[in-house]
Amino acid sequence: MMARVGVPKTYKLYVGGAFVRSESGRHDPVDGGYNVPRASRKDVRDAMGAARKAFGPWSKRSASNRGQILYRAAEALESRGEALAGGDELEAAIDVLVHYAGWTDKLAGVLGGVNPVAAPFLSFSMPEPTGVVGVVAGDEPPLLGLIAELAPALAAGNTVVAIVSERHPLPGLDLGEVLGVSDVPAGVVNLLSGRRAELAPALGAHRDLNAILDASGDADLHAALDRLAAETVKRTRHATPATTYASATDNALSRLEAVVELKTAWHPVGA
Amino acid sequence: MLRRLPHVDRVGIEERAALLGKRSIKTTAKAQGIRLAVSMVDLTTLEGQDTPGKVRNLCAKGVCPDPHAPEVPSVAAICVYPALVPTAVAALQGTGVRTASVSTGFPSGQTSLAVKIGETEETVAAGAEEIDMVISREAFLSGDDARVQEEIVRVKEACGDAHLKVILETSELGSLDHVRHASMLAMEAGADFIKTSTGKSTSGATPEVTLVMLEAIRDFTQRTGRVVGMKAAGGVSNTKAALHRLVLAKETLGDEWLTPDRFRIGASSLLNDLLMQHAKLESGRYGRSEDFSTE
Amino acid sequence: MAATDTPRTSLTWDYAPAPESADHVRLRDSYDLFVGGDWVAPTDGHRVPSINPATEEPIAQVAFGGEHDVAAAVAAARAAQPAWAALSGLERGKYVFRIARLIQERARELSVVESLDGGKPIREARDIDVPLAAAHFFHYAGWADKVSYALGGRASQPYGVVGQIVPWNFPLLMAAWKLAPAIACGNTAVLKPAETTPLTALLLAEICQEAELPPGVVNIVPGDGATGVALVGSDVDKIAFTGSTAVGKGIQAALAGTNTGLTLELGGKSANIVFEDAALDQAVEGIVQGIFFNQGHVCCAGSRLLVQESVADLVIRKLWDRMELLRVGDPLDKNTDVGAINSAAQLARIEALVDVGEAEGAHRQTVACELPERGFWFAPTLFTDVAPAHRVAVEEIFGPVLTVLTFRTQAEAIEKANDSAYGLAAGVWTDKGAKAFEVARALRAGVVWQNTYNHFDPTAAFGGYKESGFGREGGAAGVRPYVRVA
Repeated sequence: MMARVGVPKTYKLYVGGAFVRSESGRHDPVDGGYNVPRASRKDVRDAMGAARKAFGPWSKRSASNRGQILYRAAEALESRGEALAGGDELEAAIDVLVHYAGWTDKLAGVLGGVNPVAAPFLSFSMPEPTGVVGVVAGDEPPLLGLIAELAPALAAGNTVVAIVSERHPLPGLDLGEVLGVSDVPAGVVNLLSGRRAELAPALGAHRDLNAILDASGDADLHAALDRLAAETVKRTRHATPATTYASATDNALSRLEAVVELKTAWHPVGA
Repeated sequence: MLRRLPHVDRVGIEERAALLGKRSIKTTAKAQGIRLAVSMVDLTTLEGQDTPGKVRNLCAKGVCPDPHAPEVPSVAAICVYPALVPTAVAALQGTGVRTASVSTGFPSGQTSLAVKIGETEETVAAGAEEIDMVISREAFLSGDDARVQEEIVRVKEACGDAHLKVILETSELGSLDHVRHASMLAMEAGADFIKTSTGKSTSGATPEVTLVMLEAIRDFTQRTGRVVGMKAAGGVSNTKAALHRLVLAKETLGDEWLTPDRFRIGASSLLNDLLMQHAKLESGRYGRSEDFSTE
Repeated sequence: MAATDTPRTSLTWDYAPAPESADHVRLRDSYDLFVGGDWVAPTDGHRVPSINPATEEPIAQVAFGGEHDVAAAVAAARAAQPAWAALSGLERGKYVFRIARLIQERARELSVVESLDGGKPIREARDIDVPLAAAHFFHYAGWADKVSYALGGRASQPYGVVGQIVPWNFPLLMAAWKLAPAIACGNTAVLKPAETTPLTALLLAEICQEAELPPGVVNIVPGDGATGVALVGSDVDKIAFTGSTAVGKGIQAALAGTNTGLTLELGGKSANIVFEDAALDQAVEGIVQGIFFNQGHVCCAGSRLLVQESVADLVIRKLWDRMELLRVGDPLDKNTDVGAINSAAQLARIEALVDVGEAEGAHRQTVACELPERGFWFAPTLFTDVAPAHRVAVEEIFGPVLTVLTFRTQAEAIEKANDSAYGLAAGVWTDKGAKAFEVARALRAGVVWQNTYNHFDPTAAFGGYKESGFGREGGAAGVRPYVRVA
């Protein structure tokens, strides 16, 4: 009997809701006999464009709606995730998504409120998403580490350009396929694979990026990203990748704070 | 005219009025401001117990408010009920102080237009040079702007050469938007002056109301070219309050409005406080009420 | 007689000079550095006279700290910090309450010195700067024993020693915004007041002594940019900076790769949007407060007026009439609306940008007013016929200069307002509540004033989006920048 010829998967970047090859045409082999695209600065640019375009509509959705979409992503990961990660990591990643799905309509109550000002005004402060957030994922664990950065950014209403693990890119790229069949709108999450040393500075240098979450654990990259951030006063947060559900959620409010702005509005009271 | 733009923001008005209340008026500016305020006073008595004797005393006081200080000018006018107009006219003959009277069913205005016109004609015939009418709040608050205006137009006709001040009775209008709107209605209808209050209601020429009316005058005058005067009446009972109103006028309409021809203060007890403060500036001594006659 | 065009009297009435008395001011001839609770002479710094910008006369000699002086101040703060943090929140708070009370007690003196040293009108120093400074200490005093409530229940630690750099536009108030939350949360602080306006911070040092604040909890080291660089490069755990975006970027870059905390409150080019349905007279007042408050030396100044085309002519006419009433001159006169420009250098910057505006073809109108011969002055100025790309429509002028742009629709107004690298503040003027809130939501700015402008309160968070900085001052949100949480 002849053995069946397999159909190996061609991995692609996930940009603006589409699965695309790197515009550079480059790719790198990874474990398991697959090739992954080696994204370029121009792919970063395209992903930034998609993320910026998606930001307005995504941030304007109701908090409740964003929560349901994130929960739907958790459902999708639950049903399709076996290929992405082992049992413990996958379960933790799903649970992290569920956790942050529940944050969307709580954040304003926790971080915002009415300011009892000493003048005849209604003054209130409310969190708003920072904008387009860059994520530099760590290598271990590749899926949970990525989702621990993505989920709070998305829950707060940001859109994301993420550079997935360089060493283990497949789970990150597979996540694109899961999101692609969930309800997350095109451009809200953009996933790039390739060389971190090339992509992270390109992302950090993009003037339209508002914040960067760096889970690389790389001290040199940390400093380099900070210097780039200073060019346009980007917000930065550096951390080691979350390895458990607890480490991704115990500090949820701090993760959320890193990607929100507080807006204070004043309105006179008196007709 | 539709009750439409522009509106008034009360918090903003209050802030502006309060800011202008902080102008520091001292020394020569204060003395000059007090004399200016005296010259703008419509010295008023509108009581059931007014008699010719009382009105004659008031006229004497108005003509020469402080016999010890000749630099203090006469007041602008003496304001009395219609029945006492002949008394005032006689007492003020040749003094330059004018005779003013209230009309149109003052203070409520709840009488027929025919009566209002008749009362006005009679009062003018008796010698009143200035008529302070009230708008019909009944018409205004029921939304009948046309009738508010019609009454003003007809009373203005009845005034002939006498000069018409239209009292809005702002404390009964319910909002600063209404104050502004009523100011515009009155000016469109021909008011020579617009005036805040009768002095018979709960509040009078508050800084906020005064400022809203001054802004309405400014906008109307700029749009039409017709100059309209302002009379702040009710609650302006001390020097500080009077100077505050002058500051409001100066910084809203400009120095051209700092004349009795364009700005009046309706008052009774104010005058003595002005005189006392003026005397204090001259003597350096704080005064006492006995130093000034109570008329 | 009717109200006539020819008034029968032609009395002009002007306000006599009303100078605030400076009798109660107790200034020394020379000030040392305030380090470890004592006044110490600079070791590697120097002494510089602080100038009254309204007269160019020196007021007092002030020591500027050098690198060693800064290090000594940080060491003093470091030594004091464990005991300070170990105090109960209630006890720490009581010291902060004392400071608030002493500021209220010395309010007149502080107001006069603020006006003398910085050129701002005494009315503003008296009614805004000093009361708000006291209120800020009062507010954060009460947070000292409630920190976890400001953090959504999270546990936290103070940073340790914080370095704080404040600008010259609201010297005492900005010192209060920095110090009050920092020390309430258990940090100790080294504060660098601005080069041109150190005096009220030095009076605040006296107040700290009077309050018997433990030595080293608050240290005050005046200086210029070099002192600031030294502080940023010192052994502090956190830097809080208010000032220009350019300097803020430099600080952010200097701290790259470190674990040093940072909050920045930077510049702005804030849009003040007037819709056709606004209460126009109050809008004009808000425009004036927005740009001429404190001579326009305000990071959140409403320096870009966006006015709907249908009312643009009317608004500009009303605005110009109002501008002509502004009383420019002696800052100590209680009737002055617009005081002196803070420094010769700032005046030069304003003049240079205004020249650029004229060269770009914008139409300039400057109020004709008599300006004193000595001192630094710039009369209120308006630019119309401005294109969005003009530098005067883009760059922060930080002076009494307003640029006017027009728009046709709400969408265009929002787009133009957001078309800026900055995002500190904005104003929205409309009588329609639903529109006010919709526009406020769409604006990318940290503070949105609806039908008002330039209101501040210790309970209300203040801070920027985008290149206007990050971190908040005021309210519960103002606690967060002074603690580490997981």
